[in-house]
Amino acid sequence: MSNLNINAIRADFPILHQEINGYPLVYLDNAATSQKPRQVIDAVSHYYLHDNANIHRGVHKLSQRATDLYEAARGKVRQFVNANSDKEIIFTRGATEAINLVAQSFVRPKLQAGDEILISHLEHHANIVPWQILCEQTGAKLKVIPMTQTGELDLTQFDTMLTERTKILAIGHVSNALGTINPVKAMTEKAHAKNIPVLIDGAQAVPHMTVDVQDLNCDFYVFSGHKMFAPTGIGALYGREDLLNAMPPYQGGGDMILSVSFEKTIYNELPAKFEAGTPNISGVIGLGAAIDYMWQVGIDNIAAQEHHLLEIATRKIESLPGVNIIGTAAEKAAVISFMIEGVHPHDVGTIFDQQGVAIRTGHHCAQPVMEFYDIPATARASFAFYNSEEEVDALINAIQKTQELFA
Amino acid sequence: MSDLRELYQQVIMDHNKRPRNFREIEKANHLAHGNNPLCGDKLVVYLKLDGDKIDDVSFKGSGCAISMASASLMTEALKGKTIDEAQAIYEQVHKSMTGEETDRNLLGKLEVLSGVKEFPARVKCATLSWHTVHAAIDSDHDISISTE
Repeated sequence: MSNLNINAIRADFPILHQEINGYPLVYLDNAATSQKPRQVIDAVSHYYLHDNANIHRGVHKLSQRATDLYEAARGKVRQFVNANSDKEIIFTRGATEAINLVAQSFVRPKLQAGDEILISHLEHHANIVPWQILCEQTGAKLKVIPMTQTGELDLTQFDTMLTERTKILAIGHVSNALGTINPVKAMTEKAHAKNIPVLIDGAQAVPHMTVDVQDLNCDFYVFSGHKMFAPTGIGALYGREDLLNAMPPYQGGGDMILSVSFEKTIYNELPAKFEAGTPNISGVIGLGAAIDYMWQVGIDNIAAQEHHLLEIATRKIESLPGVNIIGTAAEKAAVISFMIEGVHPHDVGTIFDQQGVAIRTGHHCAQPVMEFYDIPATARASFAFYNSEEEVDALINAIQKTQELFA
Repeated sequence: MSDLRELYQQVIMDHNKRPRNFREIEKANHLAHGNNPLCGDKLVVYLKLDGDKIDDVSFKGSGCAISMASASLMTEALKGKTIDEAQAIYEQVHKSMTGEETDRNLLGKLEVLSGVKEFPARVKCATLSWHTVHAAIDSDHDISISTE
């Protein structure tokens, strides 16, 4: 059990208090995107009502305030992932853009035909496709760490796949489709023993657990704000300062330069070098507010509540005949992918929605995982700390009603 | 839940469990692949046309109850019809799913598919096989269509 007062927590999330098709909304699609607390909505609103201006340029008061808010949020992100310096935090549109940035600016210049990029079978499309594009551009080869029936990575195979030609290991911290928590620290250590740099896709990890990039000792760590109670369209890249310094810019434009002439442009220092153009200022401020909120709730409390929900939901689903959980790793985040025998996941989604229960159905942007299990799709319930035990019961009830309808 | 009962009627459930004409036609002279990448529904529609008459029509594939039942009902409705008659039925089915006035005589049993109009996210499940058969009729070679 956690120490959270769920009713008080839920009061912070205005969207949760509504009816869908005559039933109270039960939002169990948190791995797709999380809901936003009033504190985040207010921070964004306050910025537009009182402080809106462009940053890093004007001498006027509003521009100074906007710049201060923007840079203060960078400091919060640094502290949130325990980076060494604010210079190591680059704001991006999300995890996807951050992975593309590393692929093009860090890996591409080092790649020769025949070099290898190592990812895993569990990856979200965002950590597959940027590397495939890079392979097409350079003639490099994409290697894939296999997975096991339980939805875990095959670590014996992994050891043999780190070769002299491997130029980066890019792996997800937590699988969005199955919830598996990968042993990223141990994997990073093994890659580093062979001088292979490591990128970790933390999109599904940061909302649920304490992340310490210095402890993980990874070279890059990426995540999206919208899955951790912040607005959409904002995310961050953590990169080791020496690596970021040596990398060419990803995009050119305003703000990423010190001086421009037609003969020669001098790029700006970190982190501005990687933030071309006017950024998503309100998004950054919202992300800062989301971090403040998570600190106030307590990340350990968040993890404990979600683990509690995962345990009781798993136990209850396992006790239902005709329902199979897909992905049974020993270490899991609060994600349950499941199949109801004889009912296509798409039908499950519609029937659940009629009872106010919002889940994701489909391939979860992880089609290789679906192919591994030879299924077109799954139904997926994913929890956040604002979910209650009553909502677990609503999920179980929805499964039973679906089975009745299809009996 | 009443809309649900409307959508998942007995006829739909029956055709989902025991789809009719769920087979290949060896001597098919028209064929099309239908694909809804959003939900992973995939099917192939086989046609044997004799002039402008549909001698035989069948399908294979996998998908949700709505897409399977719709494809099954479609094969029953189109078998033995002319291309013009099939086109008229196709138009009626489309109208019934978007809530327009329909000709009940032409629509017949296919009226059960109109339940999807209350579920906008599911209309594409019901129309997949119809778009696919349309493509198969129009093309004399193997063709792929996607509803997303």
